Amino acid sequence: MSQILPSSLRSRLRALTPARVGLGRTGVSQQTRDTLDFQCAHAQARDAVHARMETAAMVAAFGQISASPVLRLHSAATDRTVYLQRPDLGRKLDAASRNLLAGFEPGSCGLALVVADGLSALAVERHAVPLLAQLLPQLQDWRLAPLSVVEQGRVAIGDEIGLALGAALAVVFIGERPGLSSPDSLGAYITWQPRPGRTDAERNCISNIRVQGLSYVQAAAQLVFYLTQARRRQLTGVALKDEAPLLREG
Amino acid sequence: MAFVHTIGSTVYTFPSLRELLARATPLRSGDVLAGLAAQSAEERVAAQFALADVPLAHFLVEQVIPYEEDEVTRLIVDTHDADAFAPVQSFTVGELRDWLLSDEATPERLAALAPGLTPEMAAAVSKLMRVQDLIAAAAKIRVVTRFRSTVGLRGRLSARLQPNHPTDDPAGIAASILDGLLLGSGDAVIGINPAGDNVAVTTHLLRLVDTLRRRFQIPTQSCVLAHITTQMAALEAGAPVDLLFQSIAGSEAANRSFGVNLALVAEAHQAGQSLRRGAVCADGSVGDNILYFETGQGSALSANAHHGVDQQTLEARAYAVARPFRPMLVNTVVGFIGPEYLYDGKQIARAGLEDHFCGKLLGLPMGCDVCYTNHAEADQDDMDALLTLLGAAGVNYIMGVPGADDIMLNYQSTSFHDALYLRRVLGLKPAPEFETWLAGEDFQRLALEARHPERLLPA
Repeated sequence: MSQILPSSLRSRLRALTPARVGLGRTGVSQQTRDTLDFQCAHAQARDAVHARMETAAMVAAFGQISASPVLRLHSAATDRTVYLQRPDLGRKLDAASRNLLAGFEPGSCGLALVVADGLSALAVERHAVPLLAQLLPQLQDWRLAPLSVVEQGRVAIGDEIGLALGAALAVVFIGERPGLSSPDSLGAYITWQPRPGRTDAERNCISNIRVQGLSYVQAAAQLVFYLTQARRRQLTGVALKDEAPLLREG
Repeated sequence: MAFVHTIGSTVYTFPSLRELLARATPLRSGDVLAGLAAQSAEERVAAQFALADVPLAHFLVEQVIPYEEDEVTRLIVDTHDADAFAPVQSFTVGELRDWLLSDEATPERLAALAPGLTPEMAAAVSKLMRVQDLIAAAAKIRVVTRFRSTVGLRGRLSARLQPNHPTDDPAGIAASILDGLLLGSGDAVIGINPAGDNVAVTTHLLRLVDTLRRRFQIPTQSCVLAHITTQMAALEAGAPVDLLFQSIAGSEAANRSFGVNLALVAEAHQAGQSLRRGAVCADGSVGDNILYFETGQGSALSANAHHGVDQQTLEARAYAVARPFRPMLVNTVVGFIGPEYLYDGKQIARAGLEDHFCGKLLGLPMGCDVCYTNHAEADQDDMDALLTLLGAAGVNYIMGVPGADDIMLNYQSTSFHDALYLRRVLGLKPAPEFETWLAGEDFQRLALEARHPERLLPA
């Protein structure tokens, strides 16, 4: 009934790539176990996309490790369905959040740290606190703005927040689009002089922060590198990216 | 010129052809995002009524993006074939739909009509067509291309073998290639999306595939889908370049965001053709279709280069960009762009069938990357449905990805098994040269030697 590849071939192919190679056949179709493995990975990715960030718990956890106040913000995308179809709304704050930020004196801060759920609240919940616990002690010589936790946010929402807080630099920690084998990958985007209208080419990005990917120690080291270079050269984006491999090899 | 249609006591007015086309488009999130979609279901149908009455000849005098501003418009206008257009020149859009579905529209007449239609005409008529219409009309059109294999013949279905790897590891890519070949994929092309865009990696991967191909006499072609300038640099440095790839879109500004223009594609076409690497194919002719294009609805809006034109009309205009270069392969990557452009399985399925129909109507060898991302409201059931519908519509090729899971691009496409499924349920065969190869000694030798895949890797 089933045409199963010799298990030795399957394992030899699998040893060479994480791709789903060496799948057997029943007739021409995939076998039950392989089909369910795939469905399971997709289910985890879907759950990650639709998971809601436990914002109150996140705010409390950041309060434990951060000396600056922690703000709870929301984008103009009211819920996940709107968020998925209207990226423009996920890049803007809602009225209440804007009012909250209006109370802060602009021009008084150096670095704004922003945590947003993005496309994987799971990634943020798993990795944002331990990563910041690693990073914050290395930012002693920075004037830190209040830390923002944003629901239904996209990367560019850090531009509006950074501008409102008068930050010279913003870092947005955000859940990346879940892959089938990586539902909880966190990204960090660094933007010099954040303000609405910044393009992706003007940012630097560190991605794939997760247990099977970039470690918290590595990610924090890369962030410190980018932040230091950005402050020294007064820019972020393509020009900084060219130098980053030096760090990765070191 | 304004277009008007009245339903009950409501008079719907559409100030331009551009707006009429947008309002007449079946609902999709990208047009809503752009603020171009109809405001109500009734307005959409009113626009479709009005569009049905627009004479095709009007499309030759009113452009959706001005001639002076856009080289794609200039290409469309300047290369329009009035003789080919003559049989339908008195038709309205609605009459064109009826004719396409009629027995008058034979495969030969449809092939002859292609250079007489503009992409906007194709897009317009598709907006009046249901899913079964898109299938029935497209199924009559065959566009056959050749390099070392012949793709697009009636009764055949090919697959692009897509063996991507997150770090371009040659051994990992080779393992996926072996897996795909053993499952009968790869007759359209062995096409690798590199993780990094540079000449050294491109050259290395091209050599890897070329060595394997020659060792086992595989009747197929290879491609590394780096930027076209990277591939040209590899070509100039002596890399074994079969097909040259580029992503294209339906406006000059969108193509600029991809780092290309018509002149650059023409230059690449010339450079690729001069290599004469095509082989004598099953019908005795030498394969000389050397370009591979990918497209997808929403790419122009995503580059902020849509000029207020709906995403499906812009997609059809991308086919006008492809047309002069007689490409070997063109496929829409329909669900890759995400839910802000195509929200769910329903929108993705219709878009895939529209793209296939419009491309074929305009004379292109259309395949489709039947795919979705994890933030779209879609799953494998939706892909199975679209895959089967495209098979019925006569799609030239689909993708073959190990287990449908692209571990580099992080999206789900179709698997080697999916291609086997479609061939089996619809009674389709691979490309003739590849079918012969699968039954021959070289394939047996590959199957034997693949038991030790690590030994097949080039040093």
